[in-house]
Amino acid sequence: MSDSLTTEEVSRYGRQMIVQGLSTNNPIDQQLLLKNSKIVLIGAGGLSSPCLAYLAGAGVGTIGIIDDDVVENSNLHRQIIHSTSKRGMLKCESAKKFINDLNPNVIVKTFAVRLNNENAFDILDQFDVILDCTDTPITRYLSSDVAVILGKTLISASGVNTEGQLTVLNFENIGPCYRCFHPKPPPPHAVSSCSANGVIGACIGLVGVMQAVETLKVLQKIYTKENFEPFMLQYNGFMDQSLRRFKMRGRREDCISCGSKAKNKITREMIENSEINYFEFCGSRDYNVLADDERITVQEFEDKYWKDKKPKEDIVYLDVRPAHHYSISNFNNEKFHNVPLAELKSFKNDWTKLKSKMPELEPTSEVVVFCRHGNESRLATRVLKDDFGIKNTKDVIGGFFKYIDDVDPSLPKY
Amino acid sequence: MGNNINIVVEFLGGLDSIFDNKRSYKVEVDNEEIVTLRDLIFKYIAKELLVKPEDNYSIYIQDDTIRPGILTLINDVDWELEDELDYVLQNRDVISFTSTLHGG
Repeated sequence: MSDSLTTEEVSRYGRQMIVQGLSTNNPIDQQLLLKNSKIVLIGAGGLSSPCLAYLAGAGVGTIGIIDDDVVENSNLHRQIIHSTSKRGMLKCESAKKFINDLNPNVIVKTFAVRLNNENAFDILDQFDVILDCTDTPITRYLSSDVAVILGKTLISASGVNTEGQLTVLNFENIGPCYRCFHPKPPPPHAVSSCSANGVIGACIGLVGVMQAVETLKVLQKIYTKENFEPFMLQYNGFMDQSLRRFKMRGRREDCISCGSKAKNKITREMIENSEINYFEFCGSRDYNVLADDERITVQEFEDKYWKDKKPKEDIVYLDVRPAHHYSISNFNNEKFHNVPLAELKSFKNDWTKLKSKMPELEPTSEVVVFCRHGNESRLATRVLKDDFGIKNTKDVIGGFFKYIDDVDPSLPKY
Repeated sequence: MGNNINIVVEFLGGLDSIFDNKRSYKVEVDNEEIVTLRDLIFKYIAKELLVKPEDNYSIYIQDDTIRPGILTLINDVDWELEDELDYVLQNRDVISFTSTLHGG
């Protein structure tokens, strides 16, 4: 615990210390609240980048960063604390370097792991306030359950496309938790991600900045047990930018995580011995619908169907990615048909509709099916075989991106 | 023709994708037929606004209520603080549905 500020710290933080009207505390005590705080960010991506930059700049004493990914080219449009020269570096180490450059007063702890049932308590217990900046419901339920058991406030943000959401959970151990809002997980097919659905960097960044503002209110005790009211902010960037504040419910009495009257509440032991299985709870989409002999590798595709980068006359080539994905990068050959999976499914046995997209297709045709990562192509292969009886349909394992990785890196990945 | 009321219905968090990519609808409904939020959802939204119900119904409705992962707001207030499906609609209400986001 530090009870004073250095001359350097006063000059560094002076402009925020002289802002009036936020608290009745004296400015030095307000700044010391930040200096003596320990926060941890789960994830070092699009939300965390601006969030931790502002919190480090503002003088939060200790910042933990949990992320086991490395910086990739496709991150840089939004994850602006990383940089082109740091590609391949662990994101948590890149973030640490950024913070040290910005404000050497901050103690940074890095954890190059994925938060899971076994490590969550040991890591999160080292900090006072937890920031959820992750990208799956699995980690959102886990971090909320652990925050409740450890009695810590959780500031939870998310975003995809042009929208974002932000809320403060388990505030001072009296506010609602993630399960109070979402007792049941969404079905797996309804969960979207930045990598699959895209994200505008500035939009997710703005949500990260708002997450920093909420964190300051928690750390500087501007929110109190008396004045805090559960809320959710909803941001949208396009067309007209808007920020909505929804008034949310309080704790659910029967919440299995935080409820006062719940039976069989979740315990640390139940999480650590994996009795609570978040993967099972949230489920996943089952792409495992093909036998091995219904699939070919990208190398087999190259050798058998794409020799010398040329299509074979009697083969039907199908790519089931969404049209706007296809338009960014493809084999650039007119023998390829782009019929997105959703459209293919909507044909429902109607050969006329199918032929309107692929005129040369017959029940006896040999078809090879691509998608981005080799998941939707499996479902599409099933559709062609089961709905249309095209027995000789082959799924390309790992899809177009695997082909780029293993065979032709000159094609762009997005 | 009964007593009509005007309601704004919003689809946020990407949910507009199953409502013709439109985030906000101004609708006028017969208040003798559409009394509660349940009526609005099942007799109007799912029938009149939902695109391709045969494919998209389960993205919006599950087990006779709004599917998990979608928050419902009545005039910017969590419907759990109101009467959820039994909420009695008022003229000029704003009913918002927002899909929960997970990306980061």
